[in-house]
Amino acid sequence: MESLTLSDVEQKYYSELFLFCDVDNTKKVASNGKVLDLFRAAQLSNEVVHQITELCGATRLGHFGRSQFYIALKLIALAQSGLPLRVESLNSVRDLPLPRFVMGKNEQEMRHVVMFADTENQGPYLPRPPGRVQAKKVSAHEMIQPCVPTVDPQPDTTSPVVSPNQSPPTSPHAWRKHKRQASGGNVDRQPSVPGVVWPPFREAQPGPVTGDGMWSAHSPPPVQESWVSFTDTPPSCTLPMHPPSAQLQQENSNGGLLLLTQPESTTVRTVPSAMTTNEIQRQTSGYDDPWKITDEQRQYYINQFKTIQADLTGLIPGSAAKEFFTKSKLPILELSHIWELSDFDKDGALTLDEFCAAFHLVVARKNGYDLPEKLPESLMPKLIDLDDSAGVPEPDPEVGFSASPVEVTPNKSPSMPSLNQNWPELNQSNEQWETFSERSSSSQTLTQFDSNIAPADPDTAIVHPVPIRMTPSKIHMQEMELKRTGSDHTHPTSPLMAKPPELSEETKLAAAIKFPGTTVGDGYSSSDSFTSDQEPISSAVNRQRSHSGTSPEGLKVVAPPPPPPRPNASHSRSSSLDMNRNFAAVPAGPQQPGVVAFPPAVPPRPLPTQTSVPHGHRSVEGDGLPAITSTSPQQMPEQPNFADFSQFQVFAVDQPADDGEKPSDSGQVERCAETTGTMRTAKNDVQAEERNATTVNSAKVSTPLAPPPKPVRRRLKSEDELRPDVEDLPQKSTVIATVLATQPSIPRSIGKDKKAIQASIRRNKETNTVLARLNSELQQQLKDLLEERISLEVQLEQLRPFSHL
Amino acid sequence: MQTAIMIVANYPLYIRSVPTQGELKFHYTVHTSLDVVEEKISGVGKALADQRELYLGLLYPTEDYKVYGYVTNSKVKFVIVVDSSNTSLRDNEIRSMFRKLHNSFTDVMCNPFYNPGDPIQSKAFDSIVSTMMVQAF
Repeated sequence: MESLTLSDVEQKYYSELFLFCDVDNTKKVASNGKVLDLFRAAQLSNEVVHQITELCGATRLGHFGRSQFYIALKLIALAQSGLPLRVESLNSVRDLPLPRFVMGKNEQEMRHVVMFADTENQGPYLPRPPGRVQAKKVSAHEMIQPCVPTVDPQPDTTSPVVSPNQSPPTSPHAWRKHKRQASGGNVDRQPSVPGVVWPPFREAQPGPVTGDGMWSAHSPPPVQESWVSFTDTPPSCTLPMHPPSAQLQQENSNGGLLLLTQPESTTVRTVPSAMTTNEIQRQTSGYDDPWKITDEQRQYYINQFKTIQADLTGLIPGSAAKEFFTKSKLPILELSHIWELSDFDKDGALTLDEFCAAFHLVVARKNGYDLPEKLPESLMPKLIDLDDSAGVPEPDPEVGFSASPVEVTPNKSPSMPSLNQNWPELNQSNEQWETFSERSSSSQTLTQFDSNIAPADPDTAIVHPVPIRMTPSKIHMQEMELKRTGSDHTHPTSPLMAKPPELSEETKLAAAIKFPGTTVGDGYSSSDSFTSDQEPISSAVNRQRSHSGTSPEGLKVVAPPPPPPRPNASHSRSSSLDMNRNFAAVPAGPQQPGVVAFPPAVPPRPLPTQTSVPHGHRSVEGDGLPAITSTSPQQMPEQPNFADFSQFQVFAVDQPADDGEKPSDSGQVERCAETTGTMRTAKNDVQAEERNATTVNSAKVSTPLAPPPKPVRRRLKSEDELRPDVEDLPQKSTVIATVLATQPSIPRSIGKDKKAIQASIRRNKETNTVLARLNSELQQQLKDLLEERISLEVQLEQLRPFSHL
Repeated sequence: MQTAIMIVANYPLYIRSVPTQGELKFHYTVHTSLDVVEEKISGVGKALADQRELYLGLLYPTEDYKVYGYVTNSKVKFVIVVDSSNTSLRDNEIRSMFRKLHNSFTDVMCNPFYNPGDPIQSKAFDSIVSTMMVQAF
C-alpha cells in the first residue's frame, strides 16, 4: 500500500470511521459490509466506489484493513472533491476535505465517530462552534462555489442523496444555490458539495465545506413526510420552511427547512438516512442555539396553534395537544417527554410559547435530533434570552430516529427575534401570576377589611387593598397588622399586603415606607378624618404611625413622646389625683361647672356631679370641672373602653369639690374657652385635639352639644386613635382637653368668682387628664385585645387552608 | 444504605431503589406494607382527607427497614423503605419527601400523554426521585 500521510484531523476521522466499520471489533479489519455501506454513503457512484476499493487494495486483500480503509477514505474524499482518483494523489493533495458520508442506519455510530472526529465540535451533539458556523456559512458559500464544479462529476450520485425533498441545500450557500436550482424539492444541488463539506465541516476544518454537503445529502423527505402527516397539510408545513431555507441563515435551519419544505418524500426516503449525526450536528451546530425558532417556524407554529385554539393568549388543553402531537407519529414516550419539557408551568395545558416549544421539539425529534434532557433556554417560555445561544440540545443519536435527515430547524436564525417576542400569553401568564398573587393576598386582606383598594391617598401609592378604616383606628390598625401578618404567612406577595396592615410592631417601618405620604401629620389630622372615615389609608397609616412608635414616619405625627406614664386602670386614681392637682391649679375661682363640663351645655348631670368632685362640682354643676369629672363617668358609660372611668370618677369625685365649682364659672368657661382656644391653636396637631377629644369625650359624652365639635367627634370616634394619641399627648393636652371640654360647656354656672372658676378649671383639667389617661389605657387595652384577636384570626386562616385539602 | 421508593396504585407504577440490586426484597417489603396501608386508610372514616392524613407515617418497622406510607386522594400509595440504620432521617424529612413525590407525581399525571396505569417512565420524574434519594440517603 502506498504510504499514506494523513493530517491529524484526517487521522482521527478515519480512525473513527474505521472503528465504526469495525463491527467485529477487531481493530484491524473493517467489515466489508460496513465499509461498503460507508462508501455508498459517501454518495459516490458505484463505479467510483469500486475504483476506490480497488485502489486501496481491498479487492486485493479481500477485506479492508486499516490502511486500506484509510486509503479508501482518502480516495473517497478525493472523489467527493471531484479530483481524479489516483493513488498518487493520496498524499499529494493537500487540504483535502474529509470524506463525507451520508449515513443512514449507522448514524449513531457515524455520529459518534464524527463527533470524535470533529475535534472542534465539543459539547453537545450538535456542537457547532459558532465560528465554524459562521465560517461555514460564509465560506461555505464560497466553497460551494468551487465545490460545485467539482461536485458535478457526481451529481447523479449525490442528487439522489440530496433527495429532491431537500430543496434547500444543506449548506446555506449550497442551499441557496440549490434552492434556486432545486426548487420544489428537486435537489439538484450538488449534494456532493454539501456532502463533501460535511466532514470537513465537522472536523476542524475551515468551515466552508462542512455542513452544506450533508444537508443536501440528507433526506428531508422523511421529515417532510412526517411533517406532512403531522400537519396534514404538506404544503403548509413546508411552507414555513421554505422561506427560511431561502434565508439560509444557518445550516441547521436550512437543513431543517429543506426537509420540511420538501413535500414530496420520494427520493428522500430512498436515500439512506442521510442524517448522520454529523449532519445533524452540523446542521444544528451551525448555530449557536440550535433550538432557536425562526420566525417562519414560529409563524407556522402560531398558525397551528390557532387551529387548535383561536385565542393566542389562551391555552391548549392537554387532550387537544395530545391529539395534535400524536399526529406526528412520534412514540408516546417521546411525546410524553416533549410534553414534560415544554409544559413549563405544569398546568396540563400549553400556552402559545409552550406550544411552540413543544412543536419545535417535535420537529427536532422528527429530524433526528434527540430531545434534550431539559428545555433549552431558547425554548423556555418567556424566559427568552434571545441573545443567549446556550440552549444547545444534546441530540443523542437515536438509531430509531435516524429517518429524517432533516435538520431540525435548529437553524433558528441567529437572531431570536421570534423568541424575543414575548408571547402575550406568557406575558399574560406572568401577569396572571402577579395578579394572582395579588388577588390572593388581597383576598386575605379582604376578609379583614371592610373595603380596600383604591387607596385614597395617592401618596401612598398603595397597590394592595387598603382597608378603609371603618372602625376606630386601633381596631383598624390591628386589622391591618393582622392582615399583614396573615398575608405574610400565606402569601409570598405579602409585601404587597404589607401596606396598611403593618402595625406598630414589626411593620411599622414597612408601613412607614408604604405610606410615605401619610406622615405623622396626617395621622393626627387624620384622626379627624378617621372619624370622618376619610382617607382610610392615611388613617390607617396614621394609626399605624401612632401605634408604631418605632415607625419613623408614623411617628412623625405622633412625634411627641408618649406622655408620662399612662395610668392604667389602676392608675386612675393617681390620675385623678393629677386631675385634682390640675383642678387645684385651676384657680379656685368659681368655675362654672359648665366650664368644666364640657362645652356642650351639658345639662347638669347628676351623675357627674355625684361622681365628680361631688362637692364643689356638684354645686358647680356639671359644666365645670366637676362636670368634667362627672362627665367622665358619663363618658365612661358611653365609652365602653373607659371602663375605668367609674373608678376615675370616684376618685375624681373624691377630689376637692372646689374643682367642680370652678369650672362652672362662666368666666372659667371663657377662660377655658380661651385656653382651649389657645391650646387648640397651640396644639394644632391632632394630638391636642385628640387628647382634647378624649378628655372632651370623657367629659362630654353626655353632652351632645358641640362644644368643640371636633373634640367631641374625636372623642367619640377616636377612642382607639386617641389611645395612642392619648398616650402621646402630654398631660398638657389633657389639660387642654379639659379646658376645651369646659369651654364648650354652657356656662351655666356662672357668677362664681374668678378664683372658683379657675379652681374649677384646674380641676377640670385634672379630670381631663385623668380621663385622658384612662382613655388611653383603655384604648391600649382594647388595642391589645384587638391585636390578639387579629393574630388569632390570622392563625385560624392559616390553619384553615390546611384543614381542608 | 438501601432505600426504595415505590408507587403503587393497586399495581406497581413505579419502583426505584438505591442501590438497585436487591429490589426483590423491597418488593416484598412493600407488598406486605401495603396491607398496613390499607388498614390505615380504611380505618379513616372521615370524608375529609387532610394533608395530614395523607401521610401515614411509619407503617411498621421490620428488623431491617422502616417503611413509611403516604396515600393520595386517589388512593395512590407511596411507600418509602429505608434502612433502619439510617437514623438521621426524621419524620419531617420523610414528609417532605412524600410531598415532593406527590408533586412530581401530579406533574407526571398532568402529562396528557401519560395514561394512568402505565408505569411511570418520565425521565424528569426519575431524575427528581434520584435526586431525592441521593439527598436523603
